Amino acid sequence: MNLDTGKNAIIRLFNVTKQYGGKPALQNVSLDIEPGEFVFISGPSGAGKSTLLKVLYLAETVSDGQILIDGMNLARISPARLPFLRRRFGMVFQDFKLIPTLTVFDNVALALDVAGKKPSFIKKKVMHVLRITGMETKVHELPPTLSGGEQQRVAVARAVAGDPDIILADEPTGSLDQASARRVLEILLAYHKKGGTILVASHHLQQLQTVVTGRSIVLEKGRLVSATRLEPYAT
Amino acid sequence: MIRYFHKALADIRSNRFLNLVTMVTIALSILMVSLFVLFFETLGRIMDGWNQEGRAMVYLTPEFTTDIRPELESAITRLDGVVRVAFVSKDQALARLKNQMAGSNRFLDTLKENPLPHAFEIQIQSRDGFESVAAAVRQIKSLDMVESVEYGREWLVRVFDLFQLFRLTGYVMCVLFLLIAFFITASTVRLVFHSRQSEVEIMRLVGATDRFIKMPFYVTGLIQGAVGGILGLLILFIAYLAVSSGISRSMGELFHLDVRFLSVTAMGGIWGVSTFLGWFGCYLSLRQLLK
Ligand SMILES: Nc1ncnc2c1ncn2[C@@H]1O[C@H](COP(=O)(O)OP(=O)(O)O)[C@@H](O)[C@H]1O
Ligand SMILES: [Mg+2]
Repeated sequence: MNLDTGKNAIIRLFNVTKQYGGKPALQNVSLDIEPGEFVFISGPSGAGKSTLLKVLYLAETVSDGQILIDGMNLARISPARLPFLRRRFGMVFQDFKLIPTLTVFDNVALALDVAGKKPSFIKKKVMHVLRITGMETKVHELPPTLSGGEQQRVAVARAVAGDPDIILADEPTGSLDQASARRVLEILLAYHKKGGTILVASHHLQQLQTVVTGRSIVLEKGRLVSATRLEPYAT
Repeated sequence: MIRYFHKALADIRSNRFLNLVTMVTIALSILMVSLFVLFFETLGRIMDGWNQEGRAMVYLTPEFTTDIRPELESAITRLDGVVRVAFVSKDQALARLKNQMAGSNRFLDTLKENPLPHAFEIQIQSRDGFESVAAAVRQIKSLDMVESVEYGREWLVRVFDLFQLFRLTGYVMCVLFLLIAFFITASTVRLVFHSRQSEVEIMRLVGATDRFIKMPFYVTGLIQGAVGGILGLLILFIAYLAVSSGISRSMGELFHLDVRFLSVTAMGGIWGVSTFLGWFGCYLSLRQLLK
């Protein structure tokens, strides 16, 4: 690993190990991610991909090693400051994690609402990101009435609404058909092109990797087994 | 704050049934509590009327002669709580008696001698309750030339003791009803919170603080308490309007009842307690639920 590149890394992992009851899910993972990088995390099911993302947004704490986010040591973040860390991430999950009783608008607005943004700003911003994701016509719908692809686009809209530095996506296309998956990825790519750092974990990334310049990281049994530069095959 | 208020209203709407049940429970508890308070306020006012204006007859011994009257009269007047002293001579007393028994006074005419004692009719007034009246009566009794004092003391004391016991029971019942309201609120919050577990989890993921998550619950609790309190007082007021007109018509003249609804202070207090209860039930539940 090139240590020089780490100087302005936005995410740094030093020998990160995570164990669940003695069983390691991550073993000695060291990794630097530069601002604006698009990183694919692949590997078989159970390799530790989700765990790697979880230790980043502190859904789990590491058993050993250290993580710095933009120079901040995650081990030093108190519970009271955790929400502020979370606001720096936009998160996308395989199961969307939308609130079923809130409209599309309110689901997206939540990300800005928790940060105490003004209603007028929220309204403008939410409509903006819904337009980007092509969901502006479903503003008043409830998530359960939408297709999976549409729900995921709402989730991505929520993830980018707060202009986060980093987007963490765990199997974002895992439950979507090809066309929807592509659509979601295009939105993430657009965010990447504007300078956003993106980490996508998926066990079937072949098709995604054809469209972008980035880095592919492969995990196996909690170990980082390879990291390769990716060039798009075609456009 | 307005934002949280809107959110709380939306929460109440989406959990209509549960919130309604909670509010009605609070309303019924508050109804019972305010009914007790109304009852004791009214009873207390009546009793105050009794013990603040006492009339007592001070009967004098046969040794009493009218030349010691000024001395005795001033001795009694000097006592605490005695506001008026009037001398009733044995002749006046007999005249009064004859007057009262008009028609059958032939019996009284047969009396060779007036059997009635001289007496003072006194008016006792106390500022600080029944005990000081009783003290004044005791002091009068210990004076020379005083045979006995007739004052409805025994009877009053019994009523007073009964009243105190009543009031104690009332307080216990009030606390019981408030506890019920409290537990219902607390468990509603718990139910709603559990039904929202995944929602709360999502909020956390997008960076909500504990405060942001808790606030709508608190506001909901406050609304429930406040609305429940007003509802309970309103029900009591309507019942009061229906009943009081009947009471004052039938018994008003008889007992000289001063029927009034709860004082503003009492209503404010009850409403405050109700609102606090809503909030407190919430507070304790959330404190337990959020680590
Ligand atoms: N909460 C947990 N408790 C116990 N074991 C877990 C937990 N989460 C994940 N694991 C285990 O850790 C390993 C890595 O899981 P995960 O990161 O979810 O893999 P991936 O996302 O690559 O499929 C797996 O063996 C999984 O069983
Ligand atoms: Mg996973």
